[in-house]
Amino acid sequence: MIPAKFDFVQVDTVDAALEALKEHGDEAKLIAGGHSLLPLMKFRLANPAVIVDINRLDDLKYVRDSGDHLSIGALTRHCDIEKNEMISSNAGVLAKATHNVGDPQVRHRGTIGGAIAHGDPASDIPSALLALKATLVVNGPEGEREINVDDFFTGFLETDLSDDEMLTEIRVPKLPDATWSFQKFNRRAQDWAIVGTSVVCGENHIGVGLVNMHSVPFRSEAVESALLAGASAEEAAEHAAEGTEAPTDLNASRDYREHLARVLVRRGIQEAGR
Amino acid sequence: MEVSIEINGVEQTHDVEPRMLLVQYIREVAGLTGTNIGCDTSSCGACTVLLNGESIKSCTVLAAQVQGMNIQTIEGLADEDGTLHPMQQAFHECHALQCGYCTPGMVMASVSLVEKNTSITENDVREGLEGNLCRCTGYHNIVKAVLQASGTSS
Repeated sequence: MIPAKFDFVQVDTVDAALEALKEHGDEAKLIAGGHSLLPLMKFRLANPAVIVDINRLDDLKYVRDSGDHLSIGALTRHCDIEKNEMISSNAGVLAKATHNVGDPQVRHRGTIGGAIAHGDPASDIPSALLALKATLVVNGPEGEREINVDDFFTGFLETDLSDDEMLTEIRVPKLPDATWSFQKFNRRAQDWAIVGTSVVCGENHIGVGLVNMHSVPFRSEAVESALLAGASAEEAAEHAAEGTEAPTDLNASRDYREHLARVLVRRGIQEAGR
Repeated sequence: MEVSIEINGVEQTHDVEPRMLLVQYIREVAGLTGTNIGCDTSSCGACTVLLNGESIKSCTVLAAQVQGMNIQTIEGLADEDGTLHPMQQAFHECHALQCGYCTPGMVMASVSLVEKNTSITENDVREGLEGNLCRCTGYHNIVKAVLQASGTSS
């Protein structure tokens, strides 16, 4: 399958990328790894007139220790995150969720920023960032702004990003002593999660993110509140489907997804040792 | 637009549309048809090639995106005198192919996998090849071959 025609622009600085977005408005789309965008374009579900390739923007490929948090450049590839020692020891759930994305070939191309900006509720990575309570940094014509990851996902494949903005950095709190778990249920090794969950339990930190349980990546405040009130894993997990509107599709009905959420969240809390 | 890519050590420059996929560039423009197109949706791995030494699925990359980069395909693995690459030799010896359609992708994914893991286990191989489907389901011998080529088989 060949995508419909488009113009191709390659940029090597954030400013040049923002300039291209300003010039072309909603006709333009940034391409990083392209493993979500290109399939959509092949299926004619997306038809951007201009593709802005940001792969050569080497300034956005990094993982840095910034004191109380880690700063991760938006163009850092999945394969570089899953093996990063700083991420494994301070935000292990992100390394594990990233390792569960696609397969090695996909992880050689896909980037953390792309996975987030795509806004797919079935993506593994947002659940980890919700559970970690990450902050996203966005650049636009008016400069830089920070968004709590809770406020970033606004609808199915929709985010708080404007047409002229780009995601540049992900800030993840350092929780070296927190226990965590990533659980994913799917049919084939490389498939998207039918349901998944990220659980993080620290001294002053309880976070539970759900994959594919809502129109957006979903943070389960019901489970978090139950845990904070001292509930057991079994009791807290009973709240896993609360507030969600899980989709029904070829893989699972809404009821089945709700069941899976309860089972996986229970396993997650237990693995995290709560 | 003009796109120059070094494929198997030979730099090629061709005028192509921005929407041309890397796998089409490799097969139809460069004429290297060893790389197959299977699912065309980055699931099956038949189109796996090495980009700067790492395995990628060439059906989900634009040729324009790899301008100036280095690609290795199945045709570039063997020596000029025809001596097979150790991974190809191991596939041959372990009977790691049946219909052969997935083989170029399997071999390229395996080369990348072994290069990244010095002491690889059977489990590593099975997990590392999760992105490559063999519809003949001939996985056991493929795993054997990769372990043999990596020097870790008994």
